[in-house]
Amino acid sequence: MTSDSDAPKTGWFGRLKAGLARSSARLVGGIGDLFTKKKLDEETLQQLEELLITSDIGSATASRLVQDLAKARFGKDISGDEVRATFAAEIAKVLEPVARPLSIDPGKKPFVILMVGVNGAGKTTTIGKLAQLYKEQNLTCALAAGDTFRAAAVEQLKVWGSRTGSPVISRDAGSDAASLAFEALMESRKRGDNVLLIDTAGRLHNKDNLMSELQKIVRVIKKIDETAPHATLLVLDSTIGQNAHAQVETFKQMIGVTGLVLTKLDGTAKGGVVVALAEKFGLPIHFIGVGESAQDLRPFTSHSFARSLMGLEPQ
Amino acid sequence: MFDSLADRLGGVLTRLTRRGALSESDVAAAMREVRVALLEADVALPVVKDFIDKVSLEAVGEKVIKSVTPGQMVVKIVHDQLVAMLGGENVSGGIDFGAQPPVPVLMVGLQGSGKTTTTAKIANRLQLKDRKKVLMVSLDTYRPAAQQQLAILGGQVGVVSLPIIEGQKPLDIAKRGINEAKLGGFDVVIFDTAGRTTVDDDMMTEVAALRDLIKPHETLLVTDAMIGQDSVATATAFHNTVGLTGIVLTRVDSDARGGAALSMRAVTGQPIKYIGLGEKVDAIDVFQPARIAGRILGMGDVVSLVERATENIKQEDAEKLAARMMEGKFDLDDMLSQIRQVQKMGDLKGLMGMIPGLGAAAKQMAASKIDDGAVKRQEAIILSMTPKERRNPDLIKASRKQRIANGSGTGVSDVNKLLKQHQDMSTMMKRMKKMGGIGALSAMMGKGLPGMMPGMRGPGGPPMGRR
Repeated sequence: MTSDSDAPKTGWFGRLKAGLARSSARLVGGIGDLFTKKKLDEETLQQLEELLITSDIGSATASRLVQDLAKARFGKDISGDEVRATFAAEIAKVLEPVARPLSIDPGKKPFVILMVGVNGAGKTTTIGKLAQLYKEQNLTCALAAGDTFRAAAVEQLKVWGSRTGSPVISRDAGSDAASLAFEALMESRKRGDNVLLIDTAGRLHNKDNLMSELQKIVRVIKKIDETAPHATLLVLDSTIGQNAHAQVETFKQMIGVTGLVLTKLDGTAKGGVVVALAEKFGLPIHFIGVGESAQDLRPFTSHSFARSLMGLEPQ
Repeated sequence: MFDSLADRLGGVLTRLTRRGALSESDVAAAMREVRVALLEADVALPVVKDFIDKVSLEAVGEKVIKSVTPGQMVVKIVHDQLVAMLGGENVSGGIDFGAQPPVPVLMVGLQGSGKTTTTAKIANRLQLKDRKKVLMVSLDTYRPAAQQQLAILGGQVGVVSLPIIEGQKPLDIAKRGINEAKLGGFDVVIFDTAGRTTVDDDMMTEVAALRDLIKPHETLLVTDAMIGQDSVATATAFHNTVGLTGIVLTRVDSDARGGAALSMRAVTGQPIKYIGLGEKVDAIDVFQPARIAGRILGMGDVVSLVERATENIKQEDAEKLAARMMEGKFDLDDMLSQIRQVQKMGDLKGLMGMIPGLGAAAKQMAASKIDDGAVKRQEAIILSMTPKERRNPDLIKASRKQRIANGSGTGVSDVNKLLKQHQDMSTMMKRMKKMGGIGALSAMMGKGLPGMMPGMRGPGGPPMGRR
């Protein structure tokens, strides 16, 4: 924990870039090869579109980016760097409106954050990291172990609680998640915490019964505080492909997601789908996860993300 | 989960099958669509290209031109290629036990792919179905409470898990696990490992060291069916580091298009051994390439459908019915004839599922409450009507209904239900004719099938099933 906070603050972009560098290596290498000494022609454009698709950016977005480039540069000589810069600028433009930090309203005691997502997206780990982050901002934080389904999920959250010195409200596995959330909010309110982070069991968005269970949690929370949850964060694994669209759509429709967290960007996955998600849903992307330790949760910044994705230094 | 890809390819191929004969450019156009569809389904680009190349090669040229129904031929080639890519006709047999017990099995994968749950599912399956004595060992000392998770799951399903010793390192736990498996007379020992990114050198070195120690007979990569283009990088990296013998695809009960199944199989050459189908511990099954390929295409059983159709439907009946449908007529005689054909063909909903691009129609069918069990009774009701009544259902009022009910051994409400159903069906068919998507079906089947889906050979309009 202490080593976490000792980490140099300037190092985070390096971390982001190191993580994303692997992601972008193939993409960038590919574009570099394509454009060494070439005029922009149909075949090149098609290959370019495919390269963008391999970043999970989605075919519609890829197609639009390539068409924009074609309009501007068709038949002219263009270098790999120029293409990267053009694309980075385009991607940044798309992401700019959604790169918004999550602001905690100090008037809410607690500010309730509900974490949702499919199984294995990284909800519990993200909660641990958020607890650490808020602790460093001198905010008191409580954790509600709302994943009463998965074996040892409660224990996992308790470990994060003790690591970050945050109280954990839990019940036995198998108990009702909604009533736990209710109790947790009551308790947290009495204590006057700044933030209450509610974990939930991972669920596939196409399971109606599990989605209604989530709706029930929200309903029950509202009985105590009509304005809660103040943030409902959908956690997305960056390895995810086009199914992210369906996930965001369903979770948004069912429980009103207010923002996204993109996890596991330190692997080879490119997370390009968020570009398409930004265009389609415009939901803010509050955080990205670029590693397993607590300081690896970072705010999402469009320019850096876009440039890193294209293998470029920040300007 | 494969439904969306099915719809997409169904739509693409529906258009293709409308043409009488296939030119090279027809195939090229279709393949462009197939490529986009596969990419959107998260099949990795290199795999898509490979697939397209192979299919195009087979589809263009004499083979197709000379065949009687070119569209059908292409469908078959695409289907066969998909099946081949997914592992051929053979159903995976799951874990291979051809080694000295305790047979060591190593589970690897990215974070959150479902390794621990899958470990418990496989252990449970081996114990129940294969009558093996299984030991589970968690080597995940990184994620908080991961070892407890496996222990709890073990307790739930009655599979032994190695007792946890706090602070022990993965290699030491593995040694202890091997020992315990030998001493305890276990048939299989499954090692669950921590999730890791493939670019984490330390963690990849660790898993290689574990592999060297455990000398697994099976090394299974557990991967989420929702994974995107990264499937290739991930599968390749794990395969190169530890040497995979199989893949487990989890969350197949999601609505993801599941291109990962194709990609990972293709780049590792290793079979998909199991698929995870839900949160319960028995929600796991072996992987059946032919079945899944069928779902991908939304026409998987097109081959057998065609066979059954030609076997069972009298050509002239079908043509007569189709001709009437073209005129927008659908009386109770037609319904009877259809009911009888359907009876010969088997389950109606199953049939709908076999037809490309008919996902939406199948739902409409379900909505109009067409019930296979009641088919017999429906036949009886229609048979109790006069020919005049069958041609003009509007004639059937209260007293006629009573007579028909008595004659067929049913009640007036059953007669009403049938009339309502007839109404629904003819409405649906008119609507579908307007939508025009099913033309492809008749085109594809030559003239063999129109009787089954009469009146749907509408001209123009967008193909059904396209989203």
